[in-house]
Amino acid sequence: MSKIPEDLKYTRSHEWLKSMPDGSIEIGISDHAQEALGDLVFVELPEVGRSLAAGETCAVVESVKAASDIYAPVAATVIAINAQLAEAPELINQDPYGRGWIMRLKPTAQGDDSALLSAHDYQVLAAEA
Amino acid sequence: MSLALRERLIFEYSRPGRGARGQWPEAPARSALDALPDGLRRQRRPLLPEVSELDALRHYTRLSQLNFSIDTHFYPLGSCTMKYNPRACNAAALMPEFLGRHPLAPVAQGQGFLACMYELQEMLKAVTGMRGVALSPLAGAHGEFAGVAMIRAYHRARDDLERDEIIVPQAAHGTNPATATMCGCVAREVAVGADGDADLEALRAAVGPKTAGIMLTNPSTLGVFERRIEEVARIVHQAGGLLYYDGANLNAILGKVRPGDMGFDVIHMNLHKTFSTPHGGGGPGAGAVGVSARLLPFLPLPIVAREPAAERGAEAPQYRWLGERDLPQSIGRLTSFGGNAGVLLRAYVYMRMLGREGMRRVAEYATLNANYLSARLQQVGFEAAYPQRRASHEFIITLKRAEQDYGVTAMDVAKRLLDLGFHAPTTYFPMLISECLLIEPTETESKQTLDAFVNAMAQILREAREDPEQLHGAPHTLPVRRLDDVRAARELNLVYREPAT
Amino acid sequence: MPFIPHTDDDEREMLAAIGAPSIEALFDEIPPALRVQSLDELPTGLSEFEVLQLMAARARADGRPLCFLGAGAYEHHIPAAVWSTITRGEFYSAYTPYQAEASQGTLQSIYEYQSMMASLTGMQVSNASLYDGATAVAEGCLMAVRANRRSKSARILLPRSLHPHYRAVALTMALNQGLIFDTVPYARDCGHLDLDALTAHDGQDFTALVIQQPNFFGVIEEVDALTDWAHAREALVIAVVNPISLALLKPPGEWGAKGADIVVGEGQPLGCPLSSGGPYFGFMTTRMQHVRQMPGRIVGATVDVDGRPGFSLTLQAREQHIRRAKATSNICTNQGLLMMAGTLYLALMGAEGLERVAAASMARTAELVAALTVLPGVRRMFARPTFHEAVLALDRPVAPVLAALAQRGIQGGLDLADFYPELGPALLLCATETKNGADIAAYASALTEALRPARAA
Repeated sequence: MSKIPEDLKYTRSHEWLKSMPDGSIEIGISDHAQEALGDLVFVELPEVGRSLAAGETCAVVESVKAASDIYAPVAATVIAINAQLAEAPELINQDPYGRGWIMRLKPTAQGDDSALLSAHDYQVLAAEA
Repeated sequence: MSLALRERLIFEYSRPGRGARGQWPEAPARSALDALPDGLRRQRRPLLPEVSELDALRHYTRLSQLNFSIDTHFYPLGSCTMKYNPRACNAAALMPEFLGRHPLAPVAQGQGFLACMYELQEMLKAVTGMRGVALSPLAGAHGEFAGVAMIRAYHRARDDLERDEIIVPQAAHGTNPATATMCGCVAREVAVGADGDADLEALRAAVGPKTAGIMLTNPSTLGVFERRIEEVARIVHQAGGLLYYDGANLNAILGKVRPGDMGFDVIHMNLHKTFSTPHGGGGPGAGAVGVSARLLPFLPLPIVAREPAAERGAEAPQYRWLGERDLPQSIGRLTSFGGNAGVLLRAYVYMRMLGREGMRRVAEYATLNANYLSARLQQVGFEAAYPQRRASHEFIITLKRAEQDYGVTAMDVAKRLLDLGFHAPTTYFPMLISECLLIEPTETESKQTLDAFVNAMAQILREAREDPEQLHGAPHTLPVRRLDDVRAARELNLVYREPAT
Repeated sequence: MPFIPHTDDDEREMLAAIGAPSIEALFDEIPPALRVQSLDELPTGLSEFEVLQLMAARARADGRPLCFLGAGAYEHHIPAAVWSTITRGEFYSAYTPYQAEASQGTLQSIYEYQSMMASLTGMQVSNASLYDGATAVAEGCLMAVRANRRSKSARILLPRSLHPHYRAVALTMALNQGLIFDTVPYARDCGHLDLDALTAHDGQDFTALVIQQPNFFGVIEEVDALTDWAHAREALVIAVVNPISLALLKPPGEWGAKGADIVVGEGQPLGCPLSSGGPYFGFMTTRMQHVRQMPGRIVGATVDVDGRPGFSLTLQAREQHIRRAKATSNICTNQGLLMMAGTLYLALMGAEGLERVAAASMARTAELVAALTVLPGVRRMFARPTFHEAVLALDRPVAPVLAALAQRGIQGGLDLADFYPELGPALLLCATETKNGADIAAYASALTEALRPARAA
């Protein structure tokens, strides 16, 4: 059974979101997602400073058998990326909610986060998949 | 199959100063190069091997022995139609006049070649029921591109500019949605019904004023004939879309049903499948396209035309290439020259040898072999994905149960088959069916070969129950065992580098 | 019946195992109304002897004229060992190496090919080949749009001196994806791509500049300056090169200060017969940083579970069977057999043999041009150095001259009237190492003859 921490929000496309004290959000992919993809071999990261529309593709995670887009959960600007992933994509497999974080975003407006899922709702979604 | 542990890289045979000198031309006087500006000359030689002719010949002969091929092994790779490649086809294509003919040579010095191409177009029209054929696309996916580009050009020519959606069934070949994208369209997937036929309700809901067309394979990638194809054609045509036939599975229906009669507007044919030209380790292919009357003006260039003798006062009919002036609405040129002529010649010879009687037998015996193999595999305990349906020229086995019961996957079975002297079927395609093997025996295999394959599969099922480790670890007898694909992708090593001295 | 091994007994037993009364019954799911009624339009079958006799007659009809055509397809000597090896069934009748353990021969050959092409072009990585030169250019343009994220325009600068068929194919294959192609003129007197012609694009957002070296006229371009000009404007450089010429000419990886970004071209000169236009193979090499934007198969070295070295297809997540609508291309093919021919050719030639082929071809063309331009009414069109092709200006339309040469068994070159009407009567010709002094003399004397009657008239 994959881990789904209670304190995070999730998307239907298997990203997780963590609200940071400074108002920014950190995102990554869920334990369930990394398991489904298998050993990651490459992560394509956006440039810091890029502005993203909600739902826009902002990164790609790639395993031997699949490549999966990461979507911006809200309209935002990229303020940091996890540069370690360029050399060590396996961090996402090893620690998806910690050292495997992908990027930090600063939302550009008061976002509508009603589409985000709670840990419980995401668990239901992951169980169906 | 050689059991050599490893063949070195050609670079490792290299010795400074060695070379296949008998192959080289004489060096011209140095002054011949005086015209080359100094700043634009190469300074360092490229890293190419310095080997003798024998070194090279032996090296590549040994490498060849590490391969499975149709000539050495039963190769039931679903969706790829790995049938025997007759040697007569090769012998004809390698005749020196054909090999030596320059692509831009005047048509007067190519009437023999062009006659073959023209007749090939005509024969392909006859077996597919299409009105026009172009031979230039270089592979199946290239033909798909031509086909969807023609669909777009058709709608544009009618000022119907909103149509940019291409409908593809869930189980379609990956090339279908990729082609839609290459043509600037959006691929829209529709579900497949539980019986393997199209879900007509889903299709009705999907079509509309944005529909450019639908891409279908029939028999489908699930190995069954789409029974309601006429209804599918009606729905799509009524919505203003066109029907694209992916010819990957044409072998199943050759001489039995024609895509043109099913209502398709445009098709591609994989000549390297149905018409038995060699697959060459990944290519060359040839992806001729055929069209209905309404798409004739859009065919890609060039096409071969025949002008009857009477009209020109000449003694024999004259063949020539049609170009832009003849077909101003064409989607244009797709290739450096006229297409993979050598492949087309092979397909031509194959079709001439089969003739009208042989054409139908291709589908008949391909279908007989597939249904026989499916029946026998079910007898020995395998589960067919669509047991209620007739198999076409191929069928799907699902190993869902073996996976649940013994932890044995389709990949394990595929790898173990290699140990037992059979090339593996297609694995994990279509993705709709879990743990699947897509098996296509083709008409050129004998009952005895199929029986031997059934015995090997039965042995594997026994091993799955009694000794699953045997399967997880397979293959055991090949030059290498399972390769570390993760390492290959993480630590990319794509070219040889000279060891530091 | 050809190629079907079934005996009557086999057929009976198989139908019994299926539980079907006849083969016809196996088609009972196909609506009867759709069934083929007759195939009378098709000829009846021929035996192997008959078909080979027919083909031999047709081949003879086409003959073996002395060929001075180039224009993207070149007649070079192909060592006998090349085709005798690659038509071995194990190469000839295998397929894409999906089952790596059963395909190490093909996979290792591809790895060797990738190594040779990367080194020949001065780049870091190569794919396993594409269809042909023209489609490789088109794929190179599409790849540049993916790779150059700084440019938003998807605008590609195509020289008018790029092979006209390559330009046409780029348009066919890329227009639907919204690429914009701007044509850059060549210098009328010298036939090269002049930096001055590019200034019109200063300050404009464009994605890549295509440079063909040598260009369609055989003229050698100032690649360093052109490359630096494009890079200074944050555009990529797509080099289109003749692989034989790279034995002598600076490889694209060393063009300008930074080198070209994407290198493509026609692989035919490396061991592939002219064969009326195909099958050939296209090649593509690039920098490591762009490898994930590259279309086509790629082979990597790795190890098996026991740690033994081996090879497998890698970076497949770019490809259509995984990425579907988001794939880098819909291509599945690599021109396996032709790529094998190229690999064997390069192995047998080595760097020195390749240099000799290149130098001899260049020398033969220079001799041919010298022999023809002494004739009245024949002169060189362009004043710049050329590799193994050149454009001659004639004082009368080219087509009748070529027809007269053909009467004498000589294919004299390509009439440029359709492609470059602005040049007036212009003839593109080529002599490779396969032409000797006698061949060149034969051309000169035939041309003398061909020009004479018109003069007298």
